[in-house]
Amino acid sequence: MKISRFLKTIFMADFASGLYMAVKEIFKSKKTINYPFEKGKISPRFRGEHALRRYPNGEERCIACKLCEAVCPAQAITIESTQREDGSRKTTRYDIDMMKCIYCGLCEESCPVDAIVQGPNFEFSTETREELYYTKDKLLDNGDRWENILEANIKADSSHR
Amino acid sequence: MEYLSIFLDQVYKILFLLIPVLVSVAMVVWLDRRVWAFVQKRQGPNVVGPFGLLQTIADALKYIFKEIIIPSSSNKVIFILAPIVTMTLALIAWAVIPFSATQVLADINVGILYLFAVSSLGVYGIIMGGWASNSKYPFLGAIRSAAQMVSYEVSIGVIIINVLLCVGSLNLNDIVIAQQNLWFVLPLFPMFVIFFISALAETNRPPFDLPEAEAELVAGYQTEYSGMMYAMFWLGEYANILLMCAMGAILFLGGWLSPLEIYPFTLVPGPIWLILKILLLFFLFAIVKAIVPRYRYDQLMKLGWKVFLPLSLIWVVFTASYLFYFKLLPVN
Repeated sequence: MKISRFLKTIFMADFASGLYMAVKEIFKSKKTINYPFEKGKISPRFRGEHALRRYPNGEERCIACKLCEAVCPAQAITIESTQREDGSRKTTRYDIDMMKCIYCGLCEESCPVDAIVQGPNFEFSTETREELYYTKDKLLDNGDRWENILEANIKADSSHR
Repeated sequence: MEYLSIFLDQVYKILFLLIPVLVSVAMVVWLDRRVWAFVQKRQGPNVVGPFGLLQTIADALKYIFKEIIIPSSSNKVIFILAPIVTMTLALIAWAVIPFSATQVLADINVGILYLFAVSSLGVYGIIMGGWASNSKYPFLGAIRSAAQMVSYEVSIGVIIINVLLCVGSLNLNDIVIAQQNLWFVLPLFPMFVIFFISALAETNRPPFDLPEAEAELVAGYQTEYSGMMYAMFWLGEYANILLMCAMGAILFLGGWLSPLEIYPFTLVPGPIWLILKILLLFFLFAIVKAIVPRYRYDQLMKLGWKVFLPLSLIWVVFTASYLFYFKLLPVN
């Protein structure tokens, strides 16, 4: 053993420098956040909980083209449609199985009218499995609830699309 | 009637000691986790109560309401007895800790021997728990723990001899009063360091937490324990750590004495000084947990037997010869 190494061991120089560093780190700012009370920043492209959007006049955007259903790699989306009296085609059923969904964002990308989008919400855990079979009502409700943020996000990301 | 009043008086004294100790054990668990988190730049528990101080109370409540599982192949009596033994031994040692010249539950003349004996008995709780679980990991953890604690007790014993040579009494209050002019941490600094490291090993703290090395032994002797029994092991462990800190404070840091016998310091009562010293040592315990990796088992044994024991023995000879040569040996 080298003399210097021996002296370092005897006087615990490595330990002392470690202790000094630890005490220094205590006073530095924290790298974590108080999660439920403060949340981290989320990108406008964040792919969270799904939502079905409406036009400002309250009409549903979805035209039941079923592109999202076709593109969905996990086959989580089920759509049934009908023709309304005014001749427009609308969905009668729009279900997403949130447990099948892999949050890839392909539905959002394939949608020609920006109807189905993935919002910023990632806190939608439930206590039963059934609650995760999202229906059209639930998705439209999500759309109404998050519309302000969804619109801003789509606008912020539009230049990259 | 007279006996009853004496009995009640003693019970009152004991409760007055034990309840603060148990509360401070809970607070100290919080401090430990918090310091650990701060070194790693995390927040640590900060939600339950002010600054998260009540986190341990919440944890203990959770443990109370959890199911206690007793393995069918275990030796049930010993299995149940083990955490009780750990907890009891961690608490009874506080009887001899002097909080000031008069505030001590049992001012016995062999206080330090009693303290040493009780802290040595602590290994029984762990061995009993590991053996009675009748399962691989607890058994291996218990064997390791027994070997480790026995090894480091030897050097702690020799270190205590160093202090006793300077004091000339086994009474803890005498040990404190002997440090009135000079705390033993200065002349016996190497012994203080060895005592601190041995105390880490004695209480199964990192870097010597081999008995519960989760990477190899799951949770060591605690593996089969659940609910309140696990919590008792856990609280007993922290009570033991506090006890070791108190022992270090009394042997080396002047116990309840104030650092300087001048005006602003003498206003603060003795118990506060002792608590501050215990907290300082505990802070070191906590920070060491955050900065050191775990020892390998053979390295641990090598450190105990081949480094600390010879070193402390040499220091006993050195201290004794120094005191003898300069005629400083305490004479009663």
